[in-house]
Amino acid sequence: MRQIFDIHGGIHPPERKEMSNPGWVSDCDMPSKLVLPVTQHIGAPARPVVEVGDTVFGGQMIAEAQGPVSVPVHAPSSGTVTAIEARAVPHASGLTDICIEISLDGKDEWVGCEGLDNWRNETKAALLERVRLAGIAGLGGAGFPTAIKLASDRDSGIHTLIINGTECEPYITADDTVMQCFAQQIVEGAEILAHMVGAETVLLAIEDNKPEAADAMRQAALALDIAEVVTFPTKYPSGGEKQLIEILLNAQVPSGGIPADIGVLCQNPNTAIAVRDALIHGKPVTHRITTVTGMSLKDPGNRRVMLGTPIRELLETAGFNADSADRVLHGGPMMGFTVTDLDMPVVKITNCVLAPTRTEIPPPQPQQACIRCGMCAEACPASLLPQQLYWYARAKDQEQLERHNLMDCIECGACAFVCPSHIPLVQYYRSAKGSLREAAREKVRSGNSRARFEARQERLERDAAAREAKRAARKAAAEARAQAGDDPVQAAIERVKAKKAQQETQQ
Amino acid sequence: MLGDFAVLLIAAVLVNNFVLVQFLGLCPFMGVSNKLDTAIGMSAATTFVLTLASVCSFLTYRYLLEPLDLTYLRTLSFILVIAVVVQFTEMVVRKTSPLLHRVLGVYLPLITSNCAVLGVALLNINQAHNFMESLIYGLGAALGFSLVLVLFAAMRERLVVADVPEPFQGAAIGMITAGLASLAFMGFAGLV
Amino acid sequence: MLDVILGNPILLALAAVVGMAIAFGALLGFAAVRFEVEGNPLSDQINAILPQTQCGQCGYPGCRPYAEAITDGDSINKCPPGGEDTIQALANLLDVEPEPLDAEHGVEAEPTVAYIREDECIGCTKCIQACPVDAILGAAKLMHTVIIDECTGCDLCVEPCPVDCIDMIPRKGGIQHWYWPLPNGQTRENLIATDRSSEQAAA
Repeated sequence: MRQIFDIHGGIHPPERKEMSNPGWVSDCDMPSKLVLPVTQHIGAPARPVVEVGDTVFGGQMIAEAQGPVSVPVHAPSSGTVTAIEARAVPHASGLTDICIEISLDGKDEWVGCEGLDNWRNETKAALLERVRLAGIAGLGGAGFPTAIKLASDRDSGIHTLIINGTECEPYITADDTVMQCFAQQIVEGAEILAHMVGAETVLLAIEDNKPEAADAMRQAALALDIAEVVTFPTKYPSGGEKQLIEILLNAQVPSGGIPADIGVLCQNPNTAIAVRDALIHGKPVTHRITTVTGMSLKDPGNRRVMLGTPIRELLETAGFNADSADRVLHGGPMMGFTVTDLDMPVVKITNCVLAPTRTEIPPPQPQQACIRCGMCAEACPASLLPQQLYWYARAKDQEQLERHNLMDCIECGACAFVCPSHIPLVQYYRSAKGSLREAAREKVRSGNSRARFEARQERLERDAAAREAKRAARKAAAEARAQAGDDPVQAAIERVKAKKAQQETQQ
Repeated sequence: MLGDFAVLLIAAVLVNNFVLVQFLGLCPFMGVSNKLDTAIGMSAATTFVLTLASVCSFLTYRYLLEPLDLTYLRTLSFILVIAVVVQFTEMVVRKTSPLLHRVLGVYLPLITSNCAVLGVALLNINQAHNFMESLIYGLGAALGFSLVLVLFAAMRERLVVADVPEPFQGAAIGMITAGLASLAFMGFAGLV
Repeated sequence: MLDVILGNPILLALAAVVGMAIAFGALLGFAAVRFEVEGNPLSDQINAILPQTQCGQCGYPGCRPYAEAITDGDSINKCPPGGEDTIQALANLLDVEPEPLDAEHGVEAEPTVAYIREDECIGCTKCIQACPVDAILGAAKLMHTVIIDECTGCDLCVEPCPVDCIDMIPRKGGIQHWYWPLPNGQTRENLIATDRSSEQAAA
């Protein structure tokens, strides 16, 4: 038995996972249309490579990656592109982004997908390129481009690969289901990932509230010697990668750093399957397994849904009752955000769509004054001081926020969960982080402007000096000529006199 | 003898703290304790000035005023000595840290009229300290001042971002906090 | 002479004080020369905080002259493009009280960039000469255009344009740079029923 450790803080919210029947996946009916945002990941938006009116097939790349930190988008089924314009996308801001709308023809014709015969024979660069072209981003909810994460080239290299099947957030059972149903594919994916990064150990991390998933994974892990299933007590937010690394390896990721700095790589089980599908079958990311749950649904459960399906249609397959639903959340109850427009599509990072009733998840209570009880600091899994961060976020004191390591906050919401005054702490931190990032950007801009301004001043001075020098040189030359007796004006007068004299003598 | 010096030091720093127990030097105490960084700078400057002024005043008294029987001129001469020491310190600060100079430039002349500095010089005479005792007393006074200034600045930084009711915001809550701190320090009575 | 002075206590006192004054004066004079200070690095620190739009709304011809003025004691609330954040940062640096933006010099507005309507541009280069950061690309009798990433929104180019073809449009944030606004704060007042009803009566 592998020794496990514990993290500081953490909370035990009610799990409410049985209602979504983990372990069963059903397919969704073909949706009426697909709306695919060009940004379903962290990084630069993808650029559409199709035009309105084009016919597209399943698996066809419809938007290509722009730059290294970007991920392409593929069509999940065959149809015609009917629009490329700004549409509502699932984002906390409620703002719009460019989306490619496809009207499906129902035939579900696909482009030919070619996998690798033996991925072991390929170079790491070739494998990474395939991962990149398959549009794989972190499918656990963060959406970081997987090819970049796998390519992280620290001197020490990666020694441990962790497949993060923790799924600590209440309600969500997508990873649980995937582990029960597709355990073998996950292990195959893990093998590929371990090969790509050179890991010597593969840890399949599962919380102890998922015994069936653990059993299924243990069976599948027999096929890979370096793989080991590790279960640990359920606590939120053990699934955060930094927290998970601390639980499994008793190692802390340095402040401001990434797990690759200490030689560890974490991947979601869905991402592992996506990598396997991309390399062995040549299939890009076009579908995902999403938990659709909440008491306003007659038929909650896990669905295999096409990316780009409007959330409204996904809810309808689960028997959505719009009257009893208070609101619809994209993601879980701790880290998700409210969906303002039900026509927003399902994207790569949609691990859960939650439609609770008003009594199930009541609206937040009014915020009251901080009583300085310190419960937030007890609950914080990153060992930060949420109370101090709250005061400094309110006062907009950027220096102190940085000193208290605001950027290490993982925004898990444990502090807000325990706050007796119902202060929405995470909103303060998100706002403060945004201000800090904007201030940093502004600083770079103004530094740039200052440099340009100073360069311009220098140029003007140089030009003025050059003009001065020329004028002085001309003046000096004129004086020199005058001194040498070579006065052009006098010479001209002489010439005129001579000519006149000549004319006179002629007459 | 070392024990006597220790007692003298503890008395000057804690028991008879110049700011919170004897209520001397309140102007720089309230004025500079807004930010921790400037408070630390001010304490360093005051420590330097106080110790030096204490020693110079003592020397002036012992070797100039007493032999010439001009002890009644001590207040005037001490002020002169203190002013010179402060000027000197200001020039050194301006050279070494322009920011500190911009911040403390207003307050360095304030140290001249800081009654704690003159108080230390005169108390040395009253209590008939010898050279070492003057030095220790001056140092102790300065350390006590620094301790209280730094503690108070840390508290004020927190008060600025806290949820203080409007009538109390600013100097008012500062004064109340100073009063409570003073009560706390008076609890040291009887320590030595 | 020494006896006379020593004999007369008043003269003695006077001599002692004057003697001390001369001695200390000499010491200070020496120190003034020895610890002489050149330049003023504080201006650089202040300049680093200012937004570098070089717009002149503060009344000085650029950001560095204003930074130097602040070092000499000018007030810190004259910069509209910097806005409240800049005033706060300057207040922190100089350990003074932050004041609200001086309305005489302008109000804090949304960040903007210049945009030249190319159909109307006559290629006179007047705007290029006016731009303090050389953010306008172009040459005589050729098309002028604004490089958006370099434009600081100072709007010094709008006046010189003889055909008035320059617009100031808001700098777009977009979904990439959006972030959460700060929450409203405690709603303590609304919890107490009598407070609520009296507010409604007043409203």
